[in-house]
Amino acid sequence: MLTIATGNKAVAAAVKAAKPGVVAAYPITPQTEIVEQIADYVTDGDLESRYIPVESEHSAMAACIGASAGGVRTFTATSSHGLLYMHEMVHWAAGARLPIVMANVNRALGPGWNTWAEHTDAFSQRDTGWLQVFVGTVQEAYDATLMAFKIAEDERVLLPVMVNLDGFALSHIMQSLETVEIGDFLPPFHLPHAIDTENPCGYGPMTGPADYFRFRWDIERSMRDARGVIADVEREFAERFGRTYGPTEDYRCEDADVVVVAVGTLGKEAEVAIDRLRDEGIKAGSMRLRWFRPFPDLDLSGRDVVVIDRDYSFGFGGVVAHSIRSKTGIEPYSVIAGLGGQEVTYNDIADFVRNRRPGEETWFGVSDHV
Amino acid sequence: MYEIRIHSRGGQGGVTAAKLLALAAFRDGKHATACPFYGAERRGAPVVSFVRIDDQPIKVYSQIHEPDLVIVLDTSIMDVVDVLQGLKDGGTVLLNSAHPVAGCNGTCRHVDLTGIALAQNLVVAGSPILNTPVLGALAKMDIVTLPSALQAIREMFADERNVKAAEAAYEELKV
Repeated sequence: MLTIATGNKAVAAAVKAAKPGVVAAYPITPQTEIVEQIADYVTDGDLESRYIPVESEHSAMAACIGASAGGVRTFTATSSHGLLYMHEMVHWAAGARLPIVMANVNRALGPGWNTWAEHTDAFSQRDTGWLQVFVGTVQEAYDATLMAFKIAEDERVLLPVMVNLDGFALSHIMQSLETVEIGDFLPPFHLPHAIDTENPCGYGPMTGPADYFRFRWDIERSMRDARGVIADVEREFAERFGRTYGPTEDYRCEDADVVVVAVGTLGKEAEVAIDRLRDEGIKAGSMRLRWFRPFPDLDLSGRDVVVIDRDYSFGFGGVVAHSIRSKTGIEPYSVIAGLGGQEVTYNDIADFVRNRRPGEETWFGVSDHV
Repeated sequence: MYEIRIHSRGGQGGVTAAKLLALAAFRDGKHATACPFYGAERRGAPVVSFVRIDDQPIKVYSQIHEPDLVIVLDTSIMDVVDVLQGLKDGGTVLLNSAHPVAGCNGTCRHVDLTGIALAQNLVVAGSPILNTPVLGALAKMDIVTLPSALQAIREMFADERNVKAAEAAYEELKV
C-alpha cells in the first residue's frame, strides 16, 4: 500500500509486518512515536504481541534478551541517552547471540541537552557485536527494519541488528512509503539455542580464560559471514519487492574525481550537492555509507574523498573518516558537520567539495578553525 | 521544486497543516515531504514547518531558506519573526487575516481562517482549528487540487466540519 508517513511510523509498520512476539520499550524523544504506534497496534489487535512497558532502557534490553532467549522474535527502539543507559545489556545481547532488532533514532548526547540528529550515540556502541545499518529515507527505514529481522535471525549470523535513522530529520519527516505483503520473506522465528525446559542448559555461566576467546572469535566469524548474508537478503528483497540496497548507496560515482562519503540524511542531501557540482563541471559523486558494522570494503582508489562525520571521537577524529582512512589508506578531507542537528545544506556540502583539503580536518561553522 | 514555509504558534496546528498539505500533494501524484522544525516547543511559541512538492523524488532534508510560499497562521508572529525572510522574488504570502496586512510585499493573499473555523465551531482546547481550512485556501491557489485537499483531510480527520471549513476557505479566498 502506498501512503505517506514519518520515519518513525515506517519503522513501526515494518515491525507490525514482522510480528515480533515481544516488544519491550521505554519512550524517548525522538523515538517515542515508534513505540507509541506499536502499542496502538497491540491495543487495537493489529499486532499479536506482548508489549512490555518497562521502567528503563536497561530493562527494555534485558526483557528483550529474556524473551529472545526464550525463542521469541523481539524488538525495541531507543535513542541517545536511552541507548547509553542500556549499554551493558547491548553487549550482553550480542554475546548471548540473540537476534534482537532495535531501532535507534540517532540523537546527540548531553550536555548541553539536545534532541537533534547526531551519530555519536550509535557509534559509541561500535564494539558491542551488533550489526549496524543507517538509513536515508522513510522507505528505507521500513525496508531496512524488515530485512534486519531476516539478517539477524540467519543461523550464519545470530547477532542483533541496530537500524539507525536520523532524529527529527528522518524520524519526523513525512515522505512516501510503500508497505509490502511480506508473505514468507521472514521465516518463523527459530533460535537453535532457545531455552528448552525439556533440555536444561546453562546460559552465560562462568567462562574461563581457556574458552572465553573462542566465543569472541565466533562473534567475529559471524560478523564476517554477515556480509554475505546481508547481500543475500538484500538481493532477495530486491527480487520480491523491487527495491535494491547495498553496503553503500553510490550516486554518480563511476567517473568521479571526488567522492563525498556521508551517513544518513546528509548522505541523501549530498546527492543534490553532487548534481550542482556536476553542473559546474566538477566530476563529483557521493557514497552513502549504509552498513557500519560489518564495515564494507569500499572502492575509493584514485579519487579525492570528502568524509562528512555527524559524530566525533574526541582526541582522534571523525569516526567515519578514520574508518575510511584505515580501510582504504586514503587520507580524506574530514568535515565535522551536523552535530546536534546543526543545519547543513546541499550548498554547504558542495562547498566542502570545492574547498577540499585532503588530509585535513575541518569543523563546519567553527570560524577560528575553518 | 516548490517550497513552502508555514509560520504558526505552538498548538495552532501548523505541523498538522504541513502534513495535510504534503498528503494532499501526494494524492495529486506529486512527491512531497513535510517536516516541522522542532525546537523547544511550547504552546504559543512561534514555530515553523516546511513542505516541499516536486515531480521528482525529494532528497533535501535541510530547512527551507528561500521559500516560494510563506503561510502565516497567526499574523501576531509578524511582530517578532521576519516571516518574509528569504522569500523568493515573485514569491507568495498567505495570511490568516480578515484584512490586508501592512508591510506584506509581493503577492500577498489573506483569508479569515479563524473566522471560518469559528463559524464551523471547529475549536479544540479553546483554539480555533486552522490547519484544515488552510488546505481549502491552498487548493484555491492551485498548490494542490481541491479533491486531493478534501481527501487528505478525510484521511486524517473523521469530523466533516473540517471539510466544510476547507470548502469555505476555498470560496472565500480571492485570487
